[in-house]
Amino acid sequence: MSITLITFYLFSAVLLLSSLMVISTKNPVHSVLFLILAFLNAAGIFVILHAEFLAMILIIVYVGAVAVLFLFVVMMLDFKTSLEKDNILQYMPIGLLIGLVFIAELVIVLINTRLDLSNIQILSNPLDKFIGQSNTEAIGSILYTNYVLYFQLSGVILLVAMIGSIVLTLRDREGVKRQIVSEQVDRKGKIELIDVKSGEGVDI
Amino acid sequence: MVELNQFLILSALLFSIGVIGIFLNRKNVIIILMSIEIILLAVNINLVSFSYFLNDLTGQIFSLFVLTVAAAEAAIGLAILVIYNRNAGSIEIEKINTLKG
Repeated sequence: MSITLITFYLFSAVLLLSSLMVISTKNPVHSVLFLILAFLNAAGIFVILHAEFLAMILIIVYVGAVAVLFLFVVMMLDFKTSLEKDNILQYMPIGLLIGLVFIAELVIVLINTRLDLSNIQILSNPLDKFIGQSNTEAIGSILYTNYVLYFQLSGVILLVAMIGSIVLTLRDREGVKRQIVSEQVDRKGKIELIDVKSGEGVDI
Repeated sequence: MVELNQFLILSALLFSIGVIGIFLNRKNVIIILMSIEIILLAVNINLVSFSYFLNDLTGQIFSLFVLTVAAAEAAIGLAILVIYNRNAGSIEIEKINTLKG
């Protein structure tokens, strides 16, 4: 067994176990933490597949942003996780049936067929073009040229998501003091000009 | 050396775990959102492994876009969750039956 194979089995075992824990633990905080563990192991799998840039993006974006967002929501909202009665058994049969059918179909297909990729000639961005470049350079050199439209569209998607989540969670609360700038700088009717006679002063 | 089929089986198992998670969970919408993240991760592993074994970079580009959409989806989903919890006081799936669907 080569080192790569051992590493692959290690990462995939921890990945599968932690994602099983994500869907089976009672406490949502534990679920999020196991999700982070799953993402870290998926990053390891990506490194095995020589996709270093995506592995780092997975750690930065998923572990650093998305999982922490989940963690914030879980911790800040007061979910009344009713531990009264746990009727997971009610949905266990149908869930397991569907899941097992899924697993059986996919794994049977994958075990019995051996994909021969050696004579596929439809590659659009073959790696031979990027010899001597790092993975990040190679991705950048086609992401900003061939795929620039999709790149910008994904930027628009992120903008829509940002505006959408801000608009959704924004609310006007009663009785909150706010600064009204126009009222604050308005001087009409609030100042008075007095003609002060010399030697007399002025009454205020 | 690790073969393509091993990666594909790993990805299939991960995908199935995500699907089972959606079906089994009836308490917490947040776990369902996490199951969707697991499913998208399985898809990403599939794309990247084909990219590696075909010596083609396109799969990684696609995977990058899947990551983007997944991040946007998580943000919107959590925002909806927050306002639903504020309005209804609970996020239990079984009690979400306003539409009587």
